[in-house]
Amino acid sequence: MGTQVGTQTIKFDNMPKIVSHAAIVGPKEGEGPLASYFDQILEDVLWGEDSWEKAESKILKEAVLMSIKKASLNLSDIRYIFSGDLLSQLIGTSFALRPLGVPFFGVYGACSTMGESLILAAMTVEAGFADYCLATTSSHFCGAEKQFRFPLEYGSQRPPTSTWTVTGSGAVIVSKIGTGPKITYAIPGKIVDLGAMDPMDMGAVMAPAAADTIVSFFKDTGKQPSDLDLIATGDLGKYGSKLLIELVKKEGYDLTSNYIDCGMEIFDSESQNTLAGGSGCGCSAVTLAGYILEKMEDKEINKLLFVPTGAMLSTVSSNEGESIPGIAHGVVLEN
Amino acid sequence: MKSSGSEKKKEYDKMVQNTSPKPKLLINCVKAFVVGGAICVLGQIIINVLKYWDFNKDDAAMITSMFLIFLGSLFTGLDLYDSLGEFAGAGSIIPITGFANSIVASAIEFKKEGYVLGVGAKMFTIAGPVIVYGTISSVVVGIIYFFFGG
Repeated sequence: MGTQVGTQTIKFDNMPKIVSHAAIVGPKEGEGPLASYFDQILEDVLWGEDSWEKAESKILKEAVLMSIKKASLNLSDIRYIFSGDLLSQLIGTSFALRPLGVPFFGVYGACSTMGESLILAAMTVEAGFADYCLATTSSHFCGAEKQFRFPLEYGSQRPPTSTWTVTGSGAVIVSKIGTGPKITYAIPGKIVDLGAMDPMDMGAVMAPAAADTIVSFFKDTGKQPSDLDLIATGDLGKYGSKLLIELVKKEGYDLTSNYIDCGMEIFDSESQNTLAGGSGCGCSAVTLAGYILEKMEDKEINKLLFVPTGAMLSTVSSNEGESIPGIAHGVVLEN
Repeated sequence: MKSSGSEKKKEYDKMVQNTSPKPKLLINCVKAFVVGGAICVLGQIIINVLKYWDFNKDDAAMITSMFLIFLGSLFTGLDLYDSLGEFAGAGSIIPITGFANSIVASAIEFKKEGYVLGVGAKMFTIAGPVIVYGTISSVVVGIIYFFFGG
């Protein structure tokens, strides 16, 4: 059963496997460069519901059911679901899972939630408490705008560092047996705050957290970036990625050759007007559950460090003049 | 890292300043000037037409405001004002049409939470501060005018 490595890394000995993955996205994501990797692309953001929140719940629920179906499992095979979202009190998730009757742990890691739920699912399976766990998360552009910014129809201008919340949900099933990419390491993230204040520049908020997690992994394990095929952060965007590369370089590691950011992959920021890139829990979740895991199945990527990033702010903390803490959880997947 | 917490923060802030681009101030000002100016020209045209139709100055001003508020609301409902705002920034926020936009956008957004606690309570979340500080400013100006206005 797993071992502790260095100061914060977990090494899995039984190596839980990701046996299934599903990603459902909104129409804008469906027009982006990764469109062909998603299981389902919605025609409209409401998907027949009458509110953004209900639509998000439906997207998450359907992604969960789809991942179960793709693995030819039954709902009853899933022992626990680990999930969270951006809406207050996790209503996106808990209302989605309401009809399913599966034991549920609600987790909040802002946009890093996919990493957190994946780590907890892997630890639970590794420890023998479950044969199958499901890790998932979701976000919805309109719901996030309503909660964190302005009403959708309000005519405001976005600065170039702002990002576009992804509408979508990614779900993966972590299993003790079966075939699929193995989870070999997990690096639970620390809260890192270097004093960034601007909620319109989340990349700058989260880059230090991502750097901390990535550097901790290399220090804990003695590995180098070149030991991996790909390092993928969640939603640092165009400018946050640059900051990350610089921060990691200061610690003596070079990310320039095999690093991507999910937020920069999911949209074509020029033609889709997403400025610094995509963001939200769904961003890293659908990029993992769609694009990356597909690439791993095709053996184009064999060793991945997946580092979803989150900004732990609320509208209250920003109004009260607090700086914004960031967090990033790392998971290593290997074929 | 050997540097202390606050030094590290300062250093990082400098890094962010060098990396994150600032909004393009000049081009944004020009856009705001053109669009904001165009909205004001529209208002002036309406006033002139009303005066031509023999409305007095006060009535013409009031009807113009109503007309512009209507247009701002209509274009919000038609899903167009947000695109204008993204282009023009303050140019479409500052005029009275922007005020209408902020109220109607909130009303649309929060309608799903009901007419009392949704629309009623949250319609003024953006416009509220404008009303509060607008009213306070008008009182201050009124007092100054009362004593020194002659």
